[in-house]
Amino acid sequence: MMNAVPISWYLTLSAILFALGVAGFLFRRSIITVFMSIELMLNAVNLSFVTFSYQHKEVAGHLFTFFVMVVAAAEAAVGLAIILTVFKNRSTLNIDDVNSMKN
Amino acid sequence: MELFDSFILISLVKAAVIFGVLMTTLAYLQWVERKVIAHIQVRPGPYRVGPHGLLQPLADVIKLITKEDLVPPYVNKPLYLAAPFLAVTMALLSISVIPFGPVIHIGPVTTAMQMTDLNIGVLFILAVSSMGVYGIALAGWASNNKYSLIGGLRSSAQMISYELPMSLAIAAPLLISNTLSLRELVERQAGSILNWNILSGPFPQVISFIIFIIAAFAETNRVPFDLPEAENELVAGFHTEYSSMKFASFFMAEYANMITVSAMATLLFLGGWMAPWPAEYGSSLVPSILFGIAGLVLLYHGANATRKRDKLTFPAFGIIFLGIAGIFLLPVVQSWLLPLFWFCAKTGAILFAFMWIRGTLPRFRYDQLMGFTWKFLFPVAMLNLLVTSFLVAWTTK
Amino acid sequence: MDVILFLTFAVIAVVCAINVVVQTHPISSALSLVGVMGSLAVLYLLLGAEFIAAAQVIVYAGAVMVLFVFVIMLLNAGAETSKGRSYLIPGAPLLIVFLGLVAFFVQRIFPSSTMVRFGGFTGGGPRDIGNALFTTYLLPFEVTSLLILIAIVGAIVLARKEIE
Repeated sequence: MMNAVPISWYLTLSAILFALGVAGFLFRRSIITVFMSIELMLNAVNLSFVTFSYQHKEVAGHLFTFFVMVVAAAEAAVGLAIILTVFKNRSTLNIDDVNSMKN
Repeated sequence: MELFDSFILISLVKAAVIFGVLMTTLAYLQWVERKVIAHIQVRPGPYRVGPHGLLQPLADVIKLITKEDLVPPYVNKPLYLAAPFLAVTMALLSISVIPFGPVIHIGPVTTAMQMTDLNIGVLFILAVSSMGVYGIALAGWASNNKYSLIGGLRSSAQMISYELPMSLAIAAPLLISNTLSLRELVERQAGSILNWNILSGPFPQVISFIIFIIAAFAETNRVPFDLPEAENELVAGFHTEYSSMKFASFFMAEYANMITVSAMATLLFLGGWMAPWPAEYGSSLVPSILFGIAGLVLLYHGANATRKRDKLTFPAFGIIFLGIAGIFLLPVVQSWLLPLFWFCAKTGAILFAFMWIRGTLPRFRYDQLMGFTWKFLFPVAMLNLLVTSFLVAWTTK
Repeated sequence: MDVILFLTFAVIAVVCAINVVVQTHPISSALSLVGVMGSLAVLYLLLGAEFIAAAQVIVYAGAVMVLFVFVIMLLNAGAETSKGRSYLIPGAPLLIVFLGLVAFFVQRIFPSSTMVRFGGFTGGGPRDIGNALFTTYLLPFEVTSLLILIAIVGAIVLARKEIE
């Protein structure tokens, strides 16, 4: 038994990482930390994909992971450019302060 | 326990041998660089510490260890202490997959002259060099100093920009050799010099080699791309606030990176440890002939020496070189010494080119450097990959 | 041996993930996220996904996170000042408990006795990925190249200096 790990342990780890990502996304106030929590969620999902690919002995899960990585990289580039623009215009990185549309 | 069997023991011995040889090589590479640059500038270089300055690296190590290890109070301490550690770790980690020779048999043991052969060896080296960027970026940030920050940011931006043409230049010979494992990459270049990736295949990889070498200069922050760490710009850049052993770590990381990229160039393009012509035609006599000629020249100059010290050192070195030439003729060591000689000769030639260019060329300005990679090197690398893939697809069935 | 490796790197991943969410200064969060990605790369190696592990370190930890670190250094983002109540302390454990319950019930309904052994799946090497990527999944591959082009153009347009 010392040589093998039950597959449910990998899925539990993925669930814990995803929950931490959601917690960071909902409860943190700095926009860069929110963005990093999104990346944490995407990593947790990648782990799930690779685990299920092991279970079915298929390579399709690896390819989904690859595409998720590509999309995450593109999203990080555009998202950070948006953050730079918001910082240039509002001089703050706190998402509670970007509220000029509030009543 | 079966685990503590021959595999782990052999691996530990290999790790110890490679680590020892690597540390000595790093120290003496600095001696070689100072001598080469000195002779380019028509001056003797380190000459006083030991015969011809050979103990200079030892003196430098003692000086750096005993210097005051100053940690300025305004730095971000965890990152300040972690940055050189990260830089050195990543630089030394990439040596673990580089093969120095074929599979050898020493007594009862059959092992490969490499610490470990991964089937994704090339990707491992790319991954480790991507992580090396963090050491420099964090050193610039943690120093809490505007010159260090700008130097660190410029250096990291330069390193990640030049990773692109380097990866594309690596991809082209991989299309020809069809494997990512470094050992198989060399074994598919067996034969003669016409089988090396730089001259063989449907498309001789000369352009890839040149692009790889230029990108390697930028990745290791060497002249002409060393603006971020030059002494007369930016007050020495990202390592301004570092002293003693941490400063030495950054330089050790730079030389280890130089060795890694030279070794990669040899493995990918110049045929690794393969001799330029097969052993039947006498290529096993080449090292003996070279060392023999060097020994005889030194003995001749020792006999009519102009400086008093040379009357003693030149004949001594001459006899040592003749002894090494004799060792190369013994058949019992030829199986592992000859491939090692060819590998070190090719890697050493590329390292000599690094030092030669340092003594010759001026440095790029930062915007010229970034414009060069994005507007020239990256499109050329992509075109090269396109032409290679087209020719490979056309000529294979 | 596999169990020891899995537990070590799983614990490192969870500790670094907690660090990402809890730390006040963005650069500590960013470096902890690099730690998460590194330990996930080792877990991918245990699952036989060699190419994905290398791609994770090269692309994710070595390029995307470097971009994050650059932006944090350029914006000189300081530590977050908390002006109101932080719901993190009751919120995060509640979420973990909720997801744990969901996972437990899903596992009860769809049990699986697969055990993960190092070397149990050998189809994750570059050759197999390349085969599948360029035959079965060719259309998504071409579409992602278009996506990257859009991202490049978008990022440059958004972040450039206005020329007066």
